[in-house]
Amino acid sequence: MAKLEIKNLHVSVENTEILKGVDLTVYQGEVHAIMGPNGSGKSTLAYALSGHPHYEVTEGEVILAGEDLLEMDAAERSQLGLFLAFQYPVAIPGVTLANFLRTAINSRRKADNPDDKGIPIPEFRKLLKEKLDLLKMDHSFAGRYLNDGFSGGEKKRAEILQMATLQPRFAVLDETDSGLDIDALRTVSEGVNALRGPGLGVVVITHYQRILDYIKPDFVHIMFEGKIVESGGPEMALLLEEQGYDWIREKYGVKA
Amino acid sequence: MTDKKRVVTTSARRTARKTSAEFNFSAEMLPVIETGSETISSYRQTAWEAFQRLEMPKTTEEAWRRTDIRGLRADSFAIAKADPTDASVPAELLKPLVGEGHGGQITMQAGKTEIYLDPDLAAKGVVFTNLRTALSQHPEVVEKILGQIVAVDEDIFSALTAAFAEDGVLLYVPRGVQIEDPLHSVLWGPGASRAYFSHLLVYLDEQSSATYVHEYASPDESDQSLHTGIVEIFVGKAARLQFVEFQSWGRHVWNFTHERAKVERDANLDWIFGAIGTHLTKNFSEIDLVGEGSTGRMSGFYFTDGIQHLDHDTQQNHHAPHTTSDLLFKGALKDHSRSVWQGMIYVAPGAQKTDGYQSNPNLILDKTARADSIPGLEIMADDVRCTHGATAGKIDPTEVFYLNSRGIPTEDAERLIVEGFFDPVMQRIPFEGVRQRLQQAIIDKLA
Repeated sequence: MAKLEIKNLHVSVENTEILKGVDLTVYQGEVHAIMGPNGSGKSTLAYALSGHPHYEVTEGEVILAGEDLLEMDAAERSQLGLFLAFQYPVAIPGVTLANFLRTAINSRRKADNPDDKGIPIPEFRKLLKEKLDLLKMDHSFAGRYLNDGFSGGEKKRAEILQMATLQPRFAVLDETDSGLDIDALRTVSEGVNALRGPGLGVVVITHYQRILDYIKPDFVHIMFEGKIVESGGPEMALLLEEQGYDWIREKYGVKA
Repeated sequence: MTDKKRVVTTSARRTARKTSAEFNFSAEMLPVIETGSETISSYRQTAWEAFQRLEMPKTTEEAWRRTDIRGLRADSFAIAKADPTDASVPAELLKPLVGEGHGGQITMQAGKTEIYLDPDLAAKGVVFTNLRTALSQHPEVVEKILGQIVAVDEDIFSALTAAFAEDGVLLYVPRGVQIEDPLHSVLWGPGASRAYFSHLLVYLDEQSSATYVHEYASPDESDQSLHTGIVEIFVGKAARLQFVEFQSWGRHVWNFTHERAKVERDANLDWIFGAIGTHLTKNFSEIDLVGEGSTGRMSGFYFTDGIQHLDHDTQQNHHAPHTTSDLLFKGALKDHSRSVWQGMIYVAPGAQKTDGYQSNPNLILDKTARADSIPGLEIMADDVRCTHGATAGKIDPTEVFYLNSRGIPTEDAERLIVEGFFDPVMQRIPFEGVRQRLQQAIIDKLA
């Protein structure tokens, strides 16, 4: 069972330190939730893991299945099996979701074998149909330009479709619940649940407990001022729901 | 911006030249055209006279302000003649555009022309032949359009073309005839220090329809060659024409073309331009919407690299009420290349309820590339809707990162983004085979 290990991770953005020593280990098959108030560094963790060039790792290590993630660029990290579901998915006008996914699959195949000729079209079509059906999505979705003119809910569903098709070992869902109404949230969560299994470790990053009603976590962590300050079981999320983040600020914040 | 300097030439024959311009073309080089038509003879004679009178355009003229042709070695060109050492037309260019084949195909190269037209179409009265044959055998059809749409004296290049062109195509579709399969023609112009002239005549009579694909192509050479062209299009009442023009001239070619379409009542023109070749191009393309309810769409893409300079000057003229025009030209530029697009929407007095649109987005792939984009509106009616947009942008790094995060390396990510940028134009291209050809041209440029 592969694991994603984050050890003492420090990350700066434009010379300001945002993450100040994050430790977290996620095994395949587990679902971890990271909660925390705005500005605590949750999204920074997501971007830093995925290899965004604006996020500078100043200290610490990240090991995925025994390999040093921090030595790799964003594409290599994805090829190794890391997936980031974006809070704000990016529109790529003129590129259909299907064409994009086929290119992504072929990039993986080519990384494994430089002589690979790419996934045969019929095989790709079959795979894509399976995943669309699994996520109860209309087949016409695949012919639309990627995220271009998509509603908030459609964008998040497209992220989950990508996750289903690319079959990562670890997925980080960055505030996937933001901006979704309750129906869209339920649909997206059902999609994630359909993909849960022993081969997938999930990190759900969220400000609100709401999404955890649908995606039941095994572990809940609370992030505050760039560190994970509390870890526990699902009951931790309920505690936050009842008491908010004030007690965290009181316990870990700088005393006035 | 004034410029008095003439083209620097090294030819000793310069003093002996009889023309007013720097070209070395003389009256005895004019092709002998066998035609019984007085109209055709006088057209060519008028053109020759105009050529002698007209001068090379200068950057002091508004249309040429951004395209400096002082580097043109006008005196270095000889009229292209049959040459057995020439590269022959690549088979790739002659592949069927759709399924089983074409309704017709014409291949032109110096001294050699091959013409095919589906006998069923010929039986319906369709004429699809090269210009030389048309001038001698179909003068009554030629007279309907020759010089009616593009004047011989628009500038020295139109005059030169009108006087010298033997290459070119006549497409005539009689009233009510619908052509399903596309017609295809290729002008193949290999060789250095040559001059090619081409004149396309397209006449669709009332309620007819056709799809026509014309390509200009040549391999790269080191010394300059010249192509000048005229395209005259008439789309009769309620007729429909889809016209795709694609130029992949060699990097040594200087290309000057005048193209105009006249669109009659309730007729529809869907005109697509693709440009990836030449050293320098100055193209004038215009749609005259003369009939009420007529529609003209102009879609273009260009992709330049190296030191290419492509200048497209477009005009959408609304002469009648209830006319609609829609222009979308998209360009991508690499290296030190440069593009110019100047577009004008003109709405004549009384041409109410017209709807004109123009857009020219550019994707600048290198800091040293430059795109000039100059939209324009001239509206003489008060109840119209005319809008335009022009942009120049770089590849958005957030798009690249998003694709990276899915395992797509940066080079492939940028390729995907450029292909996506052109896709809205590609989707306007009829027939999968034609679309694939043009998409491949873009992929080759990116490599």
